[in-house]
Amino acid sequence: MLKRFKKGGIHPHDNKITRAKAIEVMPLPKVAVISMAQHIGAPASPVVKRGDIVKVGQLIGQAKGFISANIHSSVSGTVKSVGDAVNSMGLLVPSVTITVDGDEWLETIDRSEEIVEKFDLSPKEIVSIVASTGIVGLGGATFPSNVKHSIPEGKTAKALVVNGVECEPYLTADHRLMLEHGREIVVAIKIICHAIGVEKAYIGIENNKLDAIESMTKASADTPIIEVVPLRVQYPQGSEKQLIEATMGAEVPSGALPIQVGAVVQNIGTMYAIYQAVQKHKPLFERVVTVTGKSVSEPKNLLTRVGSPVNDMIEYCGGVPEGTAKVIDGGPMMGRSMANLSGVINKGSSGILMMPETETPANDASSCIRCGKCVQVCPMGLEPYLLNVLADKRNFEECIEHSAMDCIECGSCSFTCPAHIRLLDNIRIAKREVGKILRNRK
Amino acid sequence: MKNKLLVAPSPHIHSGNSTKQLMHGVLIALLPALVVSIIFFGWASLYVTAVAVASCVFFEWFIQKFMLKRPISIMDSSAILTGVLLSFNLPATVPVWLVILGSLFAIGVAKMSYGGLGSNVFNPALAGRVFLLISFPVLMTTYPIPEANVMNVETKAFQCETNILSLDAVTGATPLAEARAIVAQGGELNTNMNLVTVKNMLLGVKGGSHGEVAVLALLLGFAYMLYKKIISWHIPVTILLTMFAFSGIIYFFDTAHYLHPLFHILTGGAMLGAIFMATDYVTSPMTHLGMIIYAVMIGVITILIRTWGGYPEGMSFAILLMNAATPLLNKVKPVKFGNKK
Repeated sequence: MLKRFKKGGIHPHDNKITRAKAIEVMPLPKVAVISMAQHIGAPASPVVKRGDIVKVGQLIGQAKGFISANIHSSVSGTVKSVGDAVNSMGLLVPSVTITVDGDEWLETIDRSEEIVEKFDLSPKEIVSIVASTGIVGLGGATFPSNVKHSIPEGKTAKALVVNGVECEPYLTADHRLMLEHGREIVVAIKIICHAIGVEKAYIGIENNKLDAIESMTKASADTPIIEVVPLRVQYPQGSEKQLIEATMGAEVPSGALPIQVGAVVQNIGTMYAIYQAVQKHKPLFERVVTVTGKSVSEPKNLLTRVGSPVNDMIEYCGGVPEGTAKVIDGGPMMGRSMANLSGVINKGSSGILMMPETETPANDASSCIRCGKCVQVCPMGLEPYLLNVLADKRNFEECIEHSAMDCIECGSCSFTCPAHIRLLDNIRIAKREVGKILRNRK
Repeated sequence: MKNKLLVAPSPHIHSGNSTKQLMHGVLIALLPALVVSIIFFGWASLYVTAVAVASCVFFEWFIQKFMLKRPISIMDSSAILTGVLLSFNLPATVPVWLVILGSLFAIGVAKMSYGGLGSNVFNPALAGRVFLLISFPVLMTTYPIPEANVMNVETKAFQCETNILSLDAVTGATPLAEARAIVAQGGELNTNMNLVTVKNMLLGVKGGSHGEVAVLALLLGFAYMLYKKIISWHIPVTILLTMFAFSGIIYFFDTAHYLHPLFHILTGGAMLGAIFMATDYVTSPMTHLGMIIYAVMIGVITILIRTWGGYPEGMSFAILLMNAATPLLNKVKPVKFGNKK
């Protein structure tokens, strides 16, 4: 019996159309719009000005505060403007716009294909490289990685949990990385284990990616500290707390961080970026993006420079299919639907998913039939139907008692509701209001 | 194209489940029992079912259209299901006006007056049945004998003399009512149920409401609903186990005056109640633990009523009583993630 998280969960069709498509390099954009807010926390402050000539990998945004991340240029060329630009959600974000000219990289970056195995760095040095190269969690949450690797005082890390689950339907970026760059990921795991002082690493991979399980087992054969853990498919296994439970068997207490149970979690894409940063001196300025959808003519896994327009990528994959209703940044369960296609790819963009209206129905909600399915699928053991009702009544005080803040927004409740009630929408409102109440209490 | 993008919060996909689909699933699960009922009782049972369904749907439509002036929701098929379940709880030979009256009570009083699907406290079909049972006890407890169609009369008469409890011989009342009558008259129960009797109980060759007799057919429906994940095992299995265990204890102390536990779970409304009535989404608890408490209580109350209460059959009352306790049982919280010490 394969391991999995115990409570709740759903089984959406995985639709991994691009699983067999090798990673391709996306051609350079003409103009790159590089956001200063590609991570959770404070936006970086631009350190270039209009007219500056920049190289690939050059620092253009300096992290501001503890939870923030450096931003590097993904292209070479001339800075066209520094200021707000509209992103794909239709919001204004501070950005640096660069007119691309050639592809000139910083000389310090090692561009060879050769895999560098050896490293001789202290934990502190590793953490500082991860910080200076602007590495953030590439699974979508974009939490600055160096913060995760700085173990707070009084806590000890027990294990590194590498997230190879990629439980979002459609997305295959991490899957391809495990197949094509397994060895680099193993090196990165060794580096981070050294940095956080642990001698155990788990790689959780669901059994819908048997080839990736095989590839990572092979790549880590000579590394006894790494244990590849095949997991039974179940959404949201890629959620931090659920993955820790599935691999280590430990439950992170409500309101606590994974380090409480000694776990540090990083996803596959992040590990690959860490390898490149530490061993190849390459800052984070490109990532693998899955461009997909059932009616997309040439779905692909593209190695894309951050700041490339979404439009260009869709065109490169055969254009927007007829009848597309939604274009999603990320996967269908937790991704955000885009308001315009002139926005760009960020560090956290794992996919561009195009869906016709038939696949993403917006049915009218009917009355709750109290079937309890939302309670049964909630991986956090909450009562979504109750939170929904309380939020409707704007009774947010009671939402606190019913642990609204524990919600991880996986969307399993809305997915499963036979009455098509959009439970998560209301729970998000509850979380926002509960957050305000809790802050006021302090 | 650019101006036509849909923007909505996640999740962007749905399981495809719908209320209507779930209702249809339950209806499909009820089909085997309906078929068996038609074989045993003839077209009368189909007639009763058809009248109940038609009147339930009509009353829901009528009340929404003319009294509440609300959007019509009969398309969700929940009224059809109420109709079928109500009819399954009636003898196959009841007069048509009784079926219509029961439907009016089920839909009008038990469902729509609370606000319609999802807001009702009591299972509408059961409320309708109990209303009829209390108001028209004679009509509601005169059952046709199923084997009239499948067995010859001589055998029946013969068994009638030899073994009063042999189910084939029961006329006009259910095995439970018959057993109760024997005890009331100071007789002792012949509790050695022979194989034929158990087989007949499983197949449904016994007196009773037309949809409750065919135990195997109901179990087939249960298997289908489990397979389709329409309901979980918790409520039906717990009810039947509790009934078996509780009546087993009583039987152990006095085999002459109390019924064999197997007899309890194979007769009366036990199967229909446990599988189809107690599992009604709206009126049963949301969490697994809540469901188990609810089911244990239904089992206990059923046996209490059957053994010492005023009615031979206690399932309907037990379920209705626990329906009323469901809002309380919903205070039983699911076990939250991250509360393990």
